Amino acid sequence: MEKRKNYTVSVYTENNIGLLHRISAIFLKRHINIVSFTTSESEIKNVYRFIIVVKMTKSGVERIIKQIEKQVEVIKAFYHRDDETIFQESALYKMKSSALFEERHIQNIIKDSNARIVTVNKEFFVIEKTGFREDTEKLYNDLAPFGLLQFTRSGRIAVSKEKMGISDILNNFKNQK
Amino acid sequence: MKNKKISGAEAVIHCLLNEGVDLVWGYPGGAIMPVYDEFYKFQDKLKHILARHEQGAIHAAQGYARSSGRVGVAIATSGPGATNLVTGIADAQIDSTPVVCITGQVSSHLLGSDAFQETDIIGISMPVTKWNYQITKASEIPEIFAKAFFIAKSGRPGPVLIDITKDAQFEIFQYNYKKCNGIRSYSPYPKVNDNSINEAVKLINNAKKPLIVWGQGVILGNAEEEFKNFVEKSGIPAAWTILGLSALPTSHDLNVGMVGMHGNYGPNILTNKCDLLIAIGMRFDDRVTGDPKKYASQAKIIHLEIDPAEVDKNIKVDVPVIGNCKESLKMITDKINKRSHEKWISKFDDLMKIEFDKVIESDLNPTKNGLTMGESIIAINEFTRGDAIIVTDVGQHQMVACRYANFIKSKSNITSGGLGTMGFALPAAMGAKMGAMEREVVAVIGDGGYQMTIQELGTIFQLQIPVKIVILNNDFLGMVRQWQQLFFDKRYASTEMINPDFVTIAKGYYIDAERVKNRKDLKPAVKRMIKSKKPYVLEVCVEKEDNVFPMIPSGASVSDIRLD
Repeated sequence: MEKRKNYTVSVYTENNIGLLHRISAIFLKRHINIVSFTTSESEIKNVYRFIIVVKMTKSGVERIIKQIEKQVEVIKAFYHRDDETIFQESALYKMKSSALFEERHIQNIIKDSNARIVTVNKEFFVIEKTGFREDTEKLYNDLAPFGLLQFTRSGRIAVSKEKMGISDILNNFKNQK
Repeated sequence: MKNKKISGAEAVIHCLLNEGVDLVWGYPGGAIMPVYDEFYKFQDKLKHILARHEQGAIHAAQGYARSSGRVGVAIATSGPGATNLVTGIADAQIDSTPVVCITGQVSSHLLGSDAFQETDIIGISMPVTKWNYQITKASEIPEIFAKAFFIAKSGRPGPVLIDITKDAQFEIFQYNYKKCNGIRSYSPYPKVNDNSINEAVKLINNAKKPLIVWGQGVILGNAEEEFKNFVEKSGIPAAWTILGLSALPTSHDLNVGMVGMHGNYGPNILTNKCDLLIAIGMRFDDRVTGDPKKYASQAKIIHLEIDPAEVDKNIKVDVPVIGNCKESLKMITDKINKRSHEKWISKFDDLMKIEFDKVIESDLNPTKNGLTMGESIIAINEFTRGDAIIVTDVGQHQMVACRYANFIKSKSNITSGGLGTMGFALPAAMGAKMGAMEREVVAVIGDGGYQMTIQELGTIFQLQIPVKIVILNNDFLGMVRQWQQLFFDKRYASTEMINPDFVTIAKGYYIDAERVKNRKDLKPAVKRMIKSKKPYVLEVCVEKEDNVFPMIPSGASVSDIRLD
């Protein structure tokens, strides 16, 4: 049996309303669970980048990449192992302000974890932490005993170590014309 | 046309005309009425055929596309009109048929409000279209239509859907059409890699027992000539998938028959004996491969394929040759040695003899009283001389027709392969006829599928589309019944049908019709049907509980093919 691993799938696309649906449907159809899904404009204007984390086999992810690239408005898709990318996640932790003053220990936790306080007011304060999943997870576990009002974590954002060459693809198209 | 202000609806017509469309299949309704108003004004330039159901319209557009090689166009209103297209769109997607669907949509200010006949057809059709787009401004119409036609017909063809809000149809704008020649994120024709050609040539030149399996890619790539040259120079026996049928004449010496579940004995058995499998424009569907773990595992595999996503999808191959097979076949043919494989081919002949004795003889020259599907197909062959377009539905009759029908010309076999859509054949046949008026079109349909789109007799009657319709009636959903007999202990759950009088129904539509029950009446009836210049329905009452063999049981290996 081929082993399942975490893969970061990066998809460069045109800016089109339906693409999110089209791409997620490729995973849905094959019953593949998406670990996280993030999208934003990329380094190129009007070109969007999806970062999708999936746990699957290598041959499975290779097939998925081809199905994604087959979509008309997908410029290029890549997949990478964790060691081939630089990746981070962000998390926000909302807590009662009283905890900050009454539990001195919290201040140490914040300092030790390299987290930062985004806002403080009379009722609550918000901590932000960016890092690997384990880092935000650890901070969650440390803070939870003091009572978390809200917690949220972003999907993975990642850049690859290798060159992606999207501009070259787009320039080639222009030159062909 | 330049610098003229027109409505979005009129622009739709001009876009279609600019793309060379002269025939559209459809059904009107509220949200598409502005476009229909323009059909009325432009009826001398653009013919619109009213189907009796939107599913009929889309299957007709598919049949038209497949007989003519052009893009089929189907149009419907919003809501139910649009959803009724979906089965045909899915069929076109899986069988790579170039179709452009146009649907009306509620006005843009009503989108998302659950307005009357509003449905999210973009969301619904997304997984089954090659591309789709919702137009909410008239100014988008020219560019989107140009893109739609380009996408539908280029590369691996497929269905495209354009949804147009009603306000965009009314909106007046400056019309300017520019054909689409490329989209930066889309490469429909990957360049053939020279190394892969050289590797393929080496394998072909050294193979002792090579086998070709070809699919519809040969037809879609207009590569019939290049394919024939390759087959003849290489001397390699060639077998077809159901959608590849007719790309090489049935009578060609190197045509060794069909692969897959109800294919021929020889090519299925020898798939697991060959030392080289050359797959051309086919996608290793499970109905072709049986158990993929036990499929040609002893052989090297070369895969000529235009769609990179098909390579290594179901079967791992040794040498992928990505690109249009029209190009790659020629490159390979130029470099290979001229050879013949007589001893290897004799193995196909030996297995064909076994299949003939055990299956074909009794199918075609039955000794029992009841008529067989096989002899009905042979009778059609006799009077069409193999020169007809045969349109089939889905089920036993489809397998029998594909096994026994003769073909001389390409684009002559039209059937629902990948999706297996019952109800496909009747509307697809009228579409096929309109796409190839000079050709005889014979639809062969089972009594089940016939009743799924039987309303299209109305379209055939109104336009007097001279298609010949043969109903092979066994009063059963025969293929399901066969599985029930073989795998469900003869528990015939909901497969037996008490059918209406099909002749009376045809006559109700003023279509000539007759029924045949006895052997001696079969050929004269088929002759009358083929001689007729008008639409014609021939009901052939066949044996109720015949089975189609050979058969690879679902999930078994191709070499476990059964003859009884």
